[in-house]
Amino acid sequence: MMTNGNGKTGPKLTLWEKLYFPEIIHGMSITIRAFFRPKFTRQYPEERWTPPPVFRGRPVLVMEDETKVERCVACGLCARVCPSLAIEVQAAETELDKERYPERFEINMLRCIFCGFCEEVCPEEAIIMSKDFEITFTDPRDAIFGKEKLLIPASHLKDRLEFLKQYR
Amino acid sequence: MIAIEALIKIVILLLVVLGIVAYLVLLERKVSAYMQDRIGPNRVGPKGLFQPIADILKLILKEMIVPEKANSFIHALAPIISITVAVGALAVIPFGNYIVIGGQKISLMIANVNIGVLYILAMSSLGVYGITLSGWASNSKYSLLGGLRSSAQMISYELSLGLSLIGVFMIDRTLQLDRITMAQSMGLWNIVYQPLGFLVFVTAAFAETNRLPFDLPEAEPELVGGYHTEYSGMRWGLFFLSEYTNMIVSSAVMVSLYFGGWSLPYVNYAAMAPNLAALVQVVTFFAKLGVIIFIFMWVRWTLPRFRYDQLMNVGWKVMLPLAILNLLGTGAVLLAVK
Repeated sequence: MMTNGNGKTGPKLTLWEKLYFPEIIHGMSITIRAFFRPKFTRQYPEERWTPPPVFRGRPVLVMEDETKVERCVACGLCARVCPSLAIEVQAAETELDKERYPERFEINMLRCIFCGFCEEVCPEEAIIMSKDFEITFTDPRDAIFGKEKLLIPASHLKDRLEFLKQYR
Repeated sequence: MIAIEALIKIVILLLVVLGIVAYLVLLERKVSAYMQDRIGPNRVGPKGLFQPIADILKLILKEMIVPEKANSFIHALAPIISITVAVGALAVIPFGNYIVIGGQKISLMIANVNIGVLYILAMSSLGVYGITLSGWASNSKYSLLGGLRSSAQMISYELSLGLSLIGVFMIDRTLQLDRITMAQSMGLWNIVYQPLGFLVFVTAAFAETNRLPFDLPEAEPELVGGYHTEYSGMRWGLFFLSEYTNMIVSSAVMVSLYFGGWSLPYVNYAAMAPNLAALVQVVTFFAKLGVIIFIFMWVRWTLPRFRYDQLMNVGWKVMLPLAILNLLGTGAVLLAVK
């Protein structure tokens, strides 16, 4: 067993180290170098960050650019797979080719855990994770995002759609 | 007339020092941030310069809570002792030589006491009362432990602090800080003659001001907050201010005793107009003070805290013998030179 000369275990110190002051000056040279190193703090509200496509922000519904119609066919798989039961879908019939559409589509952002299962399970690539991570509300009732907040044009979500194509 | 002069000097010094103290807190936060790859406070005012004002405003507006079973009189008295003693020690520090107003020489120190340094040592030893009493009066085990540690620490370091300074007194044959400064402005700075004594003094000064690596009385991880656990609002603020004032006092003593005080080598003050010379001297003094205070902060954000037994070991088994060795060595050399 190693002792440090005080009867306690630990690395054996050389005389140089036992003198304290040389080692203190060594330590101080490290901190002074850190002092002059460039800082990489992002000044958040002024300097914004654009996340890369892998980023899982709040889930949104993809809306086709030309027709302004959501891709969702209200199959309910996302609501089914959602581990935190954040999604609620109410389906209804429509004249369009897809025959079904979500009459009501709500995500409770207080429950959402940003796992991305809804996106993974969706057969239509209709619900995907966006880059939006600045989600705030002052009233829990505002936390339930309806279709008006969830529908985002596909052209705004290009990055993520491209990314998903690579991995499917 | 002398009383009025002294009163004016006291008011000016108090305002200046308390202003500096407020900004030292900001400086400390900035220094710590830069050493940890952060930026530090920069939101209040331009570059965060109004942060101290916001801090003090907050402290004044906060409620001062007194624990139910505390001794409320001593609880209130302790921070007052701390700050009074800390500020009081500034009275004998020469910030410059003298200024001339209306043909009268006015010396730039408040009280020219002939036991100068001894008075400072006495004042800083009294400072331990503030801490110990606050620990006792709070009726909380953490505060009490902090107070006890503080008194034990003071006993182990006061001795080597005093002994390390004797070398300087032997060389300059006076206890008055202005005369010591004067003597250094003629010849070499005392640090050249007393490197060992300086090292012992610096280490003891760190312990004296309760700063890392010797801040055992307020060791947060072990003692919650140490002696000021049960304090809040401006009473807590007074402890905070007195810690930083103590730092200024220690640095000022260090500058005056070892680094030539307000004097600079190769500068002929007699050739300048007296008031200009005084200005240069004051600026020099505060520049030196700033460097020492930066070193205080630099050390604080570099070193970890000593364990209690390590502190005692260093105090009694290393510092004290070194201080005595320095004393004997200085005496032997002085005898040989004579």
